Amino acid sequence: MSWGFLRDLLSGVNKYSTGIGRIWVAVVFVFRLLVYIVAAENIWKYEHDEFECNIKQPGCENVCFDHFFPVSHIRLWALQLIMVSTPSLLVVFHVAYRENREKHHNQKLHKSPGEIDGGLLCTYLISLILKTGFETVFLVLFYKLYNGFKVPRLVKCDIRPCPNTVDCYISKPTEKMIFLYFLVATSCLCIVLNLSELSYLIFKYSIKCYLKRYSKKCQ
Amino acid sequence: MDWGALQTVLGGVNKHSTGIGKIWLTVLFIFRIMILVVAAESVWGDEQQDFVCNTLQPGCRNVCYDHFFPISHIRLWALQLIFVSTPALLVAMHVAYRRHEKKRRFRNGEKIDIEELKNEKFHIRGPLWWTYTSSIFFRIAFEAIFMYVFYYMYDGYQMPRLMKCSAWPCPNTVDCFVSRPTEKTTFTIFMLAVSGICMMLNLAELCYLVIKVCWKDSRKTT
Repeated sequence: MSWGFLRDLLSGVNKYSTGIGRIWVAVVFVFRLLVYIVAAENIWKYEHDEFECNIKQPGCENVCFDHFFPVSHIRLWALQLIMVSTPSLLVVFHVAYRENREKHHNQKLHKSPGEIDGGLLCTYLISLILKTGFETVFLVLFYKLYNGFKVPRLVKCDIRPCPNTVDCYISKPTEKMIFLYFLVATSCLCIVLNLSELSYLIFKYSIKCYLKRYSKKCQ
Repeated sequence: MDWGALQTVLGGVNKHSTGIGKIWLTVLFIFRIMILVVAAESVWGDEQQDFVCNTLQPGCRNVCYDHFFPISHIRLWALQLIFVSTPALLVAMHVAYRRHEKKRRFRNGEKIDIEELKNEKFHIRGPLWWTYTSSIFFRIAFEAIFMYVFYYMYDGYQMPRLMKCSAWPCPNTVDCFVSRPTEKTTFTIFMLAVSGICMMLNLAELCYLVIKVCWKDSRKTT
């Protein structure tokens, strides 16, 4: 069980997406998942071992690290990737339900099970709203938990058992900050893509609805 | 999800590339991605642990390492490879869009052989030519940008053996020693050389495509 599962899930969703949805999948694969696995994971690999405090008091380093990093950046990043990809499952389930119903009734109920219309359109829109929601929640969480997206070089810690205010040094702060900004930029790009797709679908189907009603009135 | 997945996607683009494009892809996979994964990652693996400073002051090593290596070589190379491979995705998306259009026409009643559609090779003509040429242009731009960033960040392409650091909390100017500087310099120069070769291949491909189109146009007018 690893990131391969997520990749297969998103590839499956790709079939039923719009053009913008496919661009979103490509951005998530290449600029978020791939960057996470080949680059970001290694930066945070030894973050606890390399976190150094100017004190010999046992336990002080542990306590200070835990205070400044309640949940590590890299774990939040992984959670964000998982939560943001999951709403696409709703679409997959709905299409599977449609196909099952067609098999059960032994007749063609829809033009094509993957065609985005009617109930599937609602599911798709809900999945887009959820994706955008999760992205925003995680960005706000990052911001609130770490007081912005900066990683300081030095933090001052005075929690027991540290005898007084102690200087603690974070490893690779500049590199971590660069990758955090990269994460924020790609998150924002994904939010923009989701919102564009939402507006495009709402606009397209309102026009369709309006034209149908107009043509019915004429008849 | 790792380099293997990227290889699958780019392998798909291979079908629709020119001969030079196929050579570029082979060079990318064998001499860059494979070398990165198999060799370079082990050389840079113990980077910070083996970065040693001549001081007992806690925190001095962390701060000096961060000062001299704002972003590690290995991460820059990974980002460079990702950015350089991405324009090929534009071509993959364009080809997928064309296939989708053909499928739609098939569903609307036109007679198209579905097996032939799956294996069809699209010739680089018309809008696909523009997409392909822009992708080559972006590749060249990204290669140049990353080569410049490397040069600017590390003052050249050589890894020094010794660095003098006086950032706080180091008490005064402290000697810091980089681990495996010669091996790192060797790999840096190797990756730089292969980057250069890839750039040359991209430029040659660009010239080939432009000349081909101009020649075809001149034949049409005569």
